[in-house]
Amino acid sequence: MDEQRKMNETKPTATLIFRKQTFEVPAGMTIRDAIIRCELNPEAVLAVKDGELVTDDTHLNPGDQIKLVATISGG
Amino acid sequence: MKCRKCTNRAAINMRQHKLALCPEHFIEWVQQQTERFIKKYRMFTRDDRVLVAVSGGKDSLALWDILLALGYQADGLYIGLGIDGGIDYSAESHRCVQKFVEERGDGLTLHVVDVEVLYGASIPEAARSVARGRGKPCSVCGLTKRHIMNRVARDEGYDVLATGHNLDDEAATLFGNTLQWAVGYLRRQGPVLPASAQGLARKVKPLFRFYEREMAAYALLRGIEYIYDECPYAAGATSIRHKELLNELEISSPGAKLQFYLHFLQAREQYGIFQPQDSTVELHTCPTCGQPTTNPEQCSFCRTWERVREQMTKRPTAKATNP
Repeated sequence: MDEQRKMNETKPTATLIFRKQTFEVPAGMTIRDAIIRCELNPEAVLAVKDGELVTDDTHLNPGDQIKLVATISGG
Repeated sequence: MKCRKCTNRAAINMRQHKLALCPEHFIEWVQQQTERFIKKYRMFTRDDRVLVAVSGGKDSLALWDILLALGYQADGLYIGLGIDGGIDYSAESHRCVQKFVEERGDGLTLHVVDVEVLYGASIPEAARSVARGRGKPCSVCGLTKRHIMNRVARDEGYDVLATGHNLDDEAATLFGNTLQWAVGYLRRQGPVLPASAQGLARKVKPLFRFYEREMAAYALLRGIEYIYDECPYAAGATSIRHKELLNELEISSPGAKLQFYLHFLQAREQYGIFQPQDSTVELHTCPTCGQPTTNPEQCSFCRTWERVREQMTKRPTAKATNP
């Protein structure tokens, strides 16, 4: 875990925001891979970048902020 | 990823259809597909008056938006449930519905039924007053909504009641019913529930083939403000867990949940399994409200709300009134 944190500290990162949670992930990976890395389900969220809906094959640039919109509802 | 229909950047990729579309073509596709499903399943025509049950959520508001865009005679019904849950849930959902109506001008008709005003208790208060639901208000909520939706549809002369159920809703319900082998529920599940001579309104689900993710995308792209927060009482609901399980399957098998539901409908059509047997269910008229019921005496709704009013009047701060 410490190694992972160190790796994220030294490499450029992007941020995923899901509800009240924030995840730092390495830049360069796709949004889909980043979502899976954060243990979320890419089939249950939408990705919004700079206010626009983007497909999850989009590669993350350093400093990107991606808002993940939850899509599951009901009870 | 590029849009399949133009060179613009795609906004959504639907892996189950191998189809990526830009905002403009996605909105067009959703509306065209809805029109196709309405016709294919003979839900209603442009001569019919449609009552759309709107909760303030993405699906029901998207449905109303699509039907209006397609030129159908669609009015709305909002039911105020009196749920707070620390987030003003009902007030916020009502605000979203009102905003939708105001943004579309004067031509829209919205029926508003406030449960607390009409029946003397909010849904959480009612649930606390009666044993029904094991401490959760979902059972009383569903019973009350079904009663009100049917009453408004019937009393206001609508031909059909439309709800915003999507594929994830339907697949999760089917999954739950299959795990239980709940034959009675399996027989009743479908995108179209016909009207009964005894007064049950015709019910349709025009969005039943769209993924929940697609309806969220449609609402976002159309600029529809919807209530994002979950109903406070939905946390831990079995149906949500079933949706999560089906979405886990969907990661490795795109289209799995769509096939699960469509093959159920096909099996019913081709092999005759789980056929609806409405004709064998004897319906009676509730002596109190006049709505159809399988019970030879009072319907569940009237019995439940009579108990609620009895309990409320026993309390020092009772707010019970007659409907």
